[in-house]
Amino acid sequence: MAERLLDVESLKVTFATEDGLVHAVDDVSFTLDRGEVLALVGESGSGKSVTVMTLMGLTRSPNARFEGSARLRGEELVTAPDEKLEKIRGREIAMIFQDPISSLSPVMRVGDQIVEQIRAHEKVSKAEAMDRAVNLMERVGIPRARDRARSYPHEFSGGMRQRVMIALALSLSPSVLIADEPTTALDVTIQAQILQEIKDLREQSDSGVIFVTHDLGVVADVADRVLVMYAGRVVEQGTLDEIFYDPQHPYTWGLLGSVTRMDRNPPHRLPAIPGLPPSLLNAPVGCHFRPRCPRAFDRCTEVPLLESRVEGTPEHVDRCWLEVSEKRRRREVEGRIGLAAGTVA
Amino acid sequence: MLEIEHAQLYFPVRAGVLVDRTVAHVHAVDDVSLQLQEGHTLGIVGESGCGKSTLARCIVRLLEPTSGSVRFRGTDITHLGRKQLEPIRREVQLVFQDPTSSLNPRKRVAQIVGGPMRLHGIEKDRVEPRVRDLLERVGLNPEHINRFPHEFSGGQRQRIGVARALALDPRLIVLDEPVSALDVSIQAQVINLLDDLQDDFGLSYVFIAHDLSVVRHVSDYIAVMYLGKVMELSPAKELYEKPIHPYTEALLGAIPIPDPKENRARERMVIGGEPANPLDPPSGCRFRTRCPRATGVCAEIEPPFAEYAGGHLAACHHPLNVSREEIARATRSPFTPLSAGHAMPDVRQVTGDGAPEAAVAGSGIARSETVASEAPSATEPGQRAPTTDGEAQGS
Repeated sequence: MAERLLDVESLKVTFATEDGLVHAVDDVSFTLDRGEVLALVGESGSGKSVTVMTLMGLTRSPNARFEGSARLRGEELVTAPDEKLEKIRGREIAMIFQDPISSLSPVMRVGDQIVEQIRAHEKVSKAEAMDRAVNLMERVGIPRARDRARSYPHEFSGGMRQRVMIALALSLSPSVLIADEPTTALDVTIQAQILQEIKDLREQSDSGVIFVTHDLGVVADVADRVLVMYAGRVVEQGTLDEIFYDPQHPYTWGLLGSVTRMDRNPPHRLPAIPGLPPSLLNAPVGCHFRPRCPRAFDRCTEVPLLESRVEGTPEHVDRCWLEVSEKRRRREVEGRIGLAAGTVA
Repeated sequence: MLEIEHAQLYFPVRAGVLVDRTVAHVHAVDDVSLQLQEGHTLGIVGESGCGKSTLARCIVRLLEPTSGSVRFRGTDITHLGRKQLEPIRREVQLVFQDPTSSLNPRKRVAQIVGGPMRLHGIEKDRVEPRVRDLLERVGLNPEHINRFPHEFSGGQRQRIGVARALALDPRLIVLDEPVSALDVSIQAQVINLLDDLQDDFGLSYVFIAHDLSVVRHVSDYIAVMYLGKVMELSPAKELYEKPIHPYTEALLGAIPIPDPKENRARERMVIGGEPANPLDPPSGCRFRTRCPRATGVCAEIEPPFAEYAGGHLAACHHPLNVSREEIARATRSPFTPLSAGHAMPDVRQVTGDGAPEAAVAGSGIARSETVASEAPSATEPGQRAPTTDGEAQGS
C-alpha cells in the first residue's frame, strides 16, 4: 500500500475583488500517493492553477480566504505559518512552472539558482551544492552540465530551460512534484522528451506527481488518475481509463469529444461545447455547467453532489444528477467521443 | 491561387564595435516552393524556428523575400511597392496567433473590423452594417460592436481577428497558429467556424500550426517544415498514414494520443536533441543531426524533393514507408531547392526492411558552434529504434 502523500479535503479559495467574491476553488478534494501521477485537467478559469499554487502557499494575499485542509504527509498546509511553509516549499513539495523564462531569475546563472535552493534548506558547502546541481542537470538530460551551469537562463532554449526547472524542482528530492503545464510552451518533440523525463522520474524517485494540463493527449500519456475541474469545482474524478472510456460528466465528454485526434480520420464537424466558461463572479446557480449542457434539467439548479454513481467503482465520482444509464446513452449521441464503444458495462 | 517558388528570406545579423557589419544570416526561409489551389487549404507545420511564420509574412508581403518569388493569382507580388500592393492587400489577409496582442486594445470592435474597409475607401455608411454582419457571421453578438477587446474572451477575440480578415472579402487568408492560444473546447468552435466560412465564401487558406492534429482536421495538403526548408509535402490524410520523411514520423510519434489504450500500444520514437541553429544549419540534410537514419551521404548532399505516387513529396535520402518500386518511379520535383543535389533516393541503398545500410548514428558534424550561445543539438540522434519501412504510422 503506497504511502499517502497528500490529502486535500474540501479546499476553498475565495478572492475578494472590487467586483465581488470570486470562488476560484470551490470544495476541492483529492489525494495523492507515492508513485502516482494525478492529472488536474481544466481550461481557463477552472481553478486548477489556483489549487496547486495554494498547496505551495503561493496564493496567500490580503484578499484571499481559505477554507478546508490540505495535509502533506500529515502536515497541514493551508493554515501553516509562513516560516513553516518556507521550510516545506522546495524540500517536501516542489513545482515546475509553465513558463521557465519567467520563473527562473534572469540575473543568476542557473547553477547558482539550484545551489541557492539547496543551501536554503541544507547545510552544505557551495562546492558540494554545485556538484549536486551539476549532477541533477545531467540527470535531466542537459549536455555538458558542468559548463552550462555557468550559463544564464536566456542562453538556453525553451526545452533546456524547462529541464533546468525540473532539476531545480528535484534538487531536494521532494515527495510531491507539481508540474503546472510544463510542456505547453514547448515544441512537440521536446514535449515528448520532457514527458519521458517525468515518467522516468516517477519510476526512479517514487515521488507523487500532480500534473496540471489542459492537453488530453498528455494526460493519456502520463496520468494514473484524473481530476477534471470546471469553474472552480471538481466535476469528475477517476482512473485514467474510467475518465477516458466511461466519462460521466457532460463537460468531460464534451472535452474529450472536442479534442482533435491525429490518428483518426477527422469527423466532418468537430463536436464542440457551445458557449463559454462562466465568469466566476457571477457563476450560474446550481451546476456551473448548466448553461452549456445539452442535457440540463430542472434538478440542475441544485448544486450536484460529488459522488460515485457508477456501480462498483466507488472512487469514480462526478457532479451530475443524471442517471448513469442516461449519461451513457446521451454521451454516445452528443459526446461522440468515439472511445467508449464496447467498454460500457 | 498561390505559387511560391524558391522563396528565401535571410535575416542579417549585425554586430560590430564601431560600425555595424553583417556577420551572419539567419536562414529563416531557405528555398521554399509551394502551391495552393483555389478553395483549398494548405497546412504548414513545424516546430519553433522552422520558418513557417516568416513564410506566412512573406505570403502576405509583410516581409519581402530576399530571393525567389511569390505569385498571387498569377501576379508576381514579391517585390511590389506599397502602392502596388494596395489592391493585393484586399485579397490576401492574415489572422494572427495571439488574439490579445493582435487587436488594438484602445480601439472598439467597430474600428478594428471597420478599419480595413475605411482604409480602402468604402463609404462610411456602408461600413457599420457590414461590420455587424461580419460579427454575426463569426458567431459574435453584433450588439457588442462598441466594446473593447478586453471585454471579450480569448476565443471571441480570435473571432474578431477573423472578422477583420474577412472585412475586405479576401480570396486568401493566411492563418498563423489561429487556435494555439485557445482552450481545447474553444479551438473546436473556431475550427468549425473557419470550415463554414471557407464553404460560404469560397476561401483559400494557408493554415500554419505546430499542432499536427489540428492541421489534419482543416487541411487538404500539408507541408512539414524544418529549419527553413520543406521536408515533406503530402495530401493531408496520407501524411498521417504514410509519413515518408523521418522528421514527419518523429513529429507524429511525439504527439501523445488522447486515448490511453492506443497510447500504451504505440511504440513511440522519442528523438533526442533540438533543432540546430538557423544561423549555421547543418550541411546537406538539415535534419541529419537528429535523424536515426542518417548516413554519410546525408551530410554531403542536400536531398532533392522526390515526388512519389499520389502527389506526395519528400526530401530524404532514406525515405520511410515507400516500396522499392515507388522509389524507382519517383521523379525529381521542380520544388526541389536549388542547393539540393541530384542524387535521388537509391533503391539499392535501401535494404529489404527499409533500414539504410551502414546507418551511422549521428554521422555528420553538427556545425552549430556559432555566434549564438545556444548549445548545439545533442549528437545522439534517437533513443529508440525507428519503425521500419512498410509499417504505417497510426491507425
